[in-house]
Amino acid sequence: MAKGSIVAGCLAPHPPHLVYAENPVQNEPKSEGGWEQLRWGYERMRESLSELDFDTIVILSPHWQTYVGTHILACEKFASLSVDPIFPNLFRFNYELEVDVDLAKAIHDQAKDDGLVMRLMENPDFRVDYGTIVSCHLVRPEWDKPIVAISSNRSHAYYSVEVMQEMMLELGQATRKAIEESGKRCLVIASNSLSHRHFTSEPDLPEDMSCEHITSHAMHLWDMRMIELMRAGKSQQIIDEMPEFVEQAIAESDGGALTWLLSALGMPEYGAELHGYGTIIGTGNAVMEWAHEKNGGA
Amino acid sequence: MSEVVLSLVVPAHPHPVLVPDANPGYAKIRAAYEEAGRLIEESGADLIIIYSTLWPSIIGHQIQADPEPEWVMVDADFHHLGSIPYKLKIDAEFAHAWNEANAKRGLQSRTIAHHGFPIDVGSVVALELLNKNNRIPAVICSSNVYANRAETTVLAKACLDTIKERQVKVAAVTVMSLSNRMFTDWVPFAEDHLHSLKDDEWNNKILEFLGEGRLEDVAQLSRTIHSQIRVQKVVAFKPMWWLSGMNGNRNDLTGRILAYEAIHGAGAAVITLNPESSGVGDKEYDEDDVEVYHGDRSVLDSVSEQEEVKDVKQGDSVTTENAPHAVGAYPHARRVGDLLYLSGVGPRQAGGKPIPGGPIHDEYGRSLEYDIKAQTRAVINNVKTILEASGSSLDKVLDVTSFLIDMERDFSGYNEVWAEYFADIGPTRTTLAITALPTPIAVEMKVIASL
Repeated sequence: MAKGSIVAGCLAPHPPHLVYAENPVQNEPKSEGGWEQLRWGYERMRESLSELDFDTIVILSPHWQTYVGTHILACEKFASLSVDPIFPNLFRFNYELEVDVDLAKAIHDQAKDDGLVMRLMENPDFRVDYGTIVSCHLVRPEWDKPIVAISSNRSHAYYSVEVMQEMMLELGQATRKAIEESGKRCLVIASNSLSHRHFTSEPDLPEDMSCEHITSHAMHLWDMRMIELMRAGKSQQIIDEMPEFVEQAIAESDGGALTWLLSALGMPEYGAELHGYGTIIGTGNAVMEWAHEKNGGA
Repeated sequence: MSEVVLSLVVPAHPHPVLVPDANPGYAKIRAAYEEAGRLIEESGADLIIIYSTLWPSIIGHQIQADPEPEWVMVDADFHHLGSIPYKLKIDAEFAHAWNEANAKRGLQSRTIAHHGFPIDVGSVVALELLNKNNRIPAVICSSNVYANRAETTVLAKACLDTIKERQVKVAAVTVMSLSNRMFTDWVPFAEDHLHSLKDDEWNNKILEFLGEGRLEDVAQLSRTIHSQIRVQKVVAFKPMWWLSGMNGNRNDLTGRILAYEAIHGAGAAVITLNPESSGVGDKEYDEDDVEVYHGDRSVLDSVSEQEEVKDVKQGDSVTTENAPHAVGAYPHARRVGDLLYLSGVGPRQAGGKPIPGGPIHDEYGRSLEYDIKAQTRAVINNVKTILEASGSSLDKVLDVTSFLIDMERDFSGYNEVWAEYFADIGPTRTTLAITALPTPIAVEMKVIASL
């Protein structure tokens, strides 16, 4: 069996607004569009990823929040209605997805062997979190690839960003190792925004772009700094600055997805490509791709 | 006397529903839950209102208004314990009325009525154990992650407005843990215990206060409690703000601890607070008693809807609930002999509804496009409403002084609408340009009319 590999890594934020704006048949609410810069960014990333051959999408979403260890979906199929508890007016999405249970179990076992608290999620009534669904849909709207969905352990809330990063660096390495041993080619996705201070009110027309901008200049500066570091391939510096970023930008990377992704990619020193940046209800969002295979990653 | 006939603090985890016999503590919590359900029944409550810390929201507060939400709940952590099917009975009319009452007090909120909306685990567990077979209708409210004490207190006051208006007896329930630090690893059910001695000591202090009915004291300690025994960046210990607000910020309730146990390390307690005075606990209220929220929500349109609106004619003064509430201590109109003098009237709408034509700037002071014609029509309609409430009418207007904040931009549109209404009536008129008005509006009129 050939050694498995990560073909690319993606920062793929999950605001439901983007799916709402696309008007896919699966989503009940309909819109007049909006957030085009980000949606076009996703379009560019999809085009770039279309050149890659891969078997499975592996994703970590901050909206499956677990406090007792890290959990991984492990039923073969899920089909249900996902209603965003925060923005139910925008996202009521009928989903059907397949899980790569073998790879899910392999990542679970590897991480457990490496000392992390892990649990497989095998309850068929479970509703998959909307973060996973939004990011997967925007990256691969065909829904033709099985996924492995990993929960976000709230170790940052329990302990500190430093502890969270220690765990996510370990989980990233375990993920990479399990992928390599599986012989599969995987696309790895961190589903999170950057700065994460929301507006606390919503325009009557949610897609009214005249109301959309970053919540503050400080948030903008942090977003640009992080994007520059990613574009420059300075993964270690991102890890080093993560505590300040999380504290000062209320960054959604507190959920561990970005740290996990960088670890899974082996702390890349090549630059990530920025496909798009935009704000959604005030939060900062970047669509970025680490062309891992092209850059000699494995 | 408050229409809140009973208040309760109940835990959120699914163990008492799914594995009650796995640990004696879980069984005690379940039994206490069932006892609390009996107490609700005895209290005569005809509505259960739940404030759940497990339903976070961002855009103001959300209130469940689907009359029969139905789904199968699976916990994000404890999915291996099983599923909880639910079909709830929600008082949607109360939910909508509460939502409107929130707007009158400057709060942003919205009702939710979407098939498949994920009711949070805490609310599902609480209603499953407190309210078998949906004997009493319920209302569920989210916990806004950005809400501070003022906003949460005003949320309670708006709820009380609604309770009074609808003449219902209510059991107010907060779904929450005391200490909420769970074990971060799996522990056998039989070995479950409080996460730490420190958490246990703080929990016992909270229980001592609540057992003595000192709810407001616990509310005022909320931030301290949260920093001591709560996992940060989880919804804060704010349910105590809401529950205390629902009880008039009292410290002399009659408290009873039905159970206190550990669930995966967190402090789980079932507590009842009866409005009957226990005679203990001096009221020492050292924080502002907020009536209206003035925070960073989009409340500029309704900032004046501060107090309970009255439709009154006292002596020569007239105030009507059908016109926008005054932004200060003055009536809408005053009679002198056969003449009627109106206070300045703007385009805002009664009940905190949006300004017709839109506000001139947003909550951050950024200029917005607005429609002067729509604003002018709204002003004249408000004038008409006040005149008619005072026994006069639009055709009896004698003199008008108009104020525009942008004469160059707006005079033409204002003048056009004026002519639609007053060309045939023919009152005298003076139009002035001024720097600003107290709310984000572009036009105001001062009117004198005959009776």
